[in-house]
Amino acid sequence: MTLRITSKHVEAILEQSRVEYPDECCGVILGPEGSDRAEILKPMINAAHSPTFYEFDSKDLLALYRELDDNSQEIVVVYHSHTETEAYPSRTDIAYASEPNAHYVLVSTRKEIAPENEFRSYRIIDGVVSEEEVEIVASL
Amino acid sequence: MTAPTIEVRIPTILRPFTNGEKVVSGEATSLAQLIAALDSKFTGLGDRLLENGELRRFINIYINDEDVRFMGSLAAPLKAGDSVTILPAVAGGC
Repeated sequence: MTLRITSKHVEAILEQSRVEYPDECCGVILGPEGSDRAEILKPMINAAHSPTFYEFDSKDLLALYRELDDNSQEIVVVYHSHTETEAYPSRTDIAYASEPNAHYVLVSTRKEIAPENEFRSYRIIDGVVSEEEVEIVASL
Repeated sequence: MTAPTIEVRIPTILRPFTNGEKVVSGEATSLAQLIAALDSKFTGLGDRLLENGELRRFINIYINDEDVRFMGSLAAPLKAGDSVTILPAVAGGC
């Protein structure tokens, strides 16, 4: 399995993680239902405003799903940042991964590694994490 | 007077419990009653929504456009024409 993503979106996610540091940043990338195309980047507010937790506000979440429904879209990527730890899904990330078809992207703002060198993607299905290749392209 | 039939939208991750159905229904005048009605039709669904008799923290349930947390949670009343949406929280941490 591979995540195909544009460099523009990668840059935007990395930038968002820097801007929102010291809190975790989060968001989604949407695409047409069933397409697996990460087309539309939608940063979301981290309602938890925490360096160790993220959560979409429940009202924002409903608005997002209504929009998906109206536009026959689905969530292709769910991304968030780890502020001081590895860009690998934590137990909490795994426990709350509720979109079985999504690619879960993690970035990290920890000092030890440059963020652009730690942009990683995973599938999280039934509690099992599998890392996948990230293919960065100029356009989809 | 019979309880109204309430339409419920089921998120992808819970559809294995509803035989793949995206929209199901149950007769109820409160959210608690609705969950019980759904659980009797779809075994195991109740356990994914409740823990120790309370709504699970990371499951969001809406009646029309309102988060039920602002409507009394399990005691939230339901009337004919109401539509319920279940969405697992999108959340995580390090």
